[in-house]
Amino acid sequence: METCAEDEVQVKLLGGSTSPFVLRVRIALALKGIHYEFIEETMRPKSDLLLQSNPVHKKIPVLIHNGKPVCESMIIVQYIEEAWDNKAPNLIPKDPHDRAIARFWAAFIDDKLGPCIRGVFRGVGDEKQKQVEESVANFLVLEEALRTNPCFSGKLYFGGDEIGFVDIALGGWLAFVKALEKGTDSVLIDAEKMPLLSAWMDRFCEADGVKEVMPDPVKLVEFICATRVKFASLAAAN
Amino acid sequence: MATEGEKRQVKLLGATLSPFVVRVRIALALKGIDYEFIQENLKTKSELLLQSNPVYKQIPVLVHNGKPVCESMIIVQYIEEAWSNKARNLIPKDPYDRAIARFWAAFIDNKIFPSLRGVFTGQGEQLQKAVEDSVTNFLLIEEALRTNQCFAGKAYFGGDQIGLVDIALGGMSTFIKAVEKATETILIDPKKMPLLTAWMHRFCKSDGVKEVMPDPVKHAEYISARRATMISPPTAN
Repeated sequence: METCAEDEVQVKLLGGSTSPFVLRVRIALALKGIHYEFIEETMRPKSDLLLQSNPVHKKIPVLIHNGKPVCESMIIVQYIEEAWDNKAPNLIPKDPHDRAIARFWAAFIDDKLGPCIRGVFRGVGDEKQKQVEESVANFLVLEEALRTNPCFSGKLYFGGDEIGFVDIALGGWLAFVKALEKGTDSVLIDAEKMPLLSAWMDRFCEADGVKEVMPDPVKLVEFICATRVKFASLAAAN
Repeated sequence: MATEGEKRQVKLLGATLSPFVVRVRIALALKGIDYEFIQENLKTKSELLLQSNPVYKQIPVLVHNGKPVCESMIIVQYIEEAWSNKARNLIPKDPYDRAIARFWAAFIDNKIFPSLRGVFTGQGEQLQKAVEDSVTNFLLIEEALRTNQCFAGKAYFGGDQIGLVDIALGGMSTFIKAVEKATETILIDPKKMPLLTAWMHRFCKSDGVKEVMPDPVKHAEYISARRATMISPPTAN
């Protein structure tokens, strides 16, 4: 269809198949029904297009819309919402206070939770255990928010009836977290201690728009295990 | 009176020297919003602070009609959106320009501030590395001012007027200068960073900003005193 082809040419996403940050963007694009060209970045070496589009950080994802690059996953998600604001669903609330709450929790996920999850990924022994404990503590904060925050409690998603900004911020991590749990033999999202978060997780992963873009869990576990072996041998060599 | 009513409706929990609080004060000043400033003592945090920001227990917190908003740049965006009809606009209208503004505000929070904090708290080799990182980061900003189409040739990152990125970086101005003084280092070198230097000078003198900027002398004294306590370990825990 003409519209789809036009869209596809105008929108490119530089990304990889294992990155939770790329997954966030793919979910947002899928929910908005935006067609795009996915350009797989091997990262070794980084492509010229990546280096030109994101000279400051040289990282994926990068969204290129009509030749103009947008970087940083949650900034890209806000951009997608605003550049296609006439396309349902809306990913970000309209009310300024609700937006501030959504941004707050997305920032919590990036500033507090993300680093701990990465710490489990890279860590060994005691350090890994510490990062597992901190990850669990941060997930418990989210469980508490689901339970008591008037914006979220009793609703299907952090975004209300539909997936929104915070769902995408956290949801992008889910496949990686599940694979990490398998690959490191640890429990980060405990169904007994975090019933609301677990239920949300199942609901999110089954949702239209999300399930189609989720990475292959088997491949993700393989990737995580292989990379952890590399980290361990690098650490041993030092 | 509308102003008195408005003042009750808008409270800012903060401390005068915090660069994050300064950011919010600048945004409120530029929008002409009256508010009650509640000075927080960070050693004994108030009930209001603990209730309003239970996750981080940090300032600034804006409380608007009883509802708290936390995290300085989130507060600035909230101020823009809740008072969107009030000139001036702090955030561009165009989605792409917004994305660029948010990118650089995030760079300031995720790269510049941590390296500054490293200088503030660092000693010896750690200090040296933090200084190098800070200079590298500031040079990236200088480069952006020079070559990024959104910024090049303009008075501010926001164009003709102060915007989101100006507030994000400019709020740190006296903190940066205080840290330079306390560590006897140069982080923003006028020779290597002429555009950034000119921008900072322009920013600090502008209406709305100059009235809320901390006293640089007081800020420098405070930072030096804090560093002195870090260098000599406390005698009792």
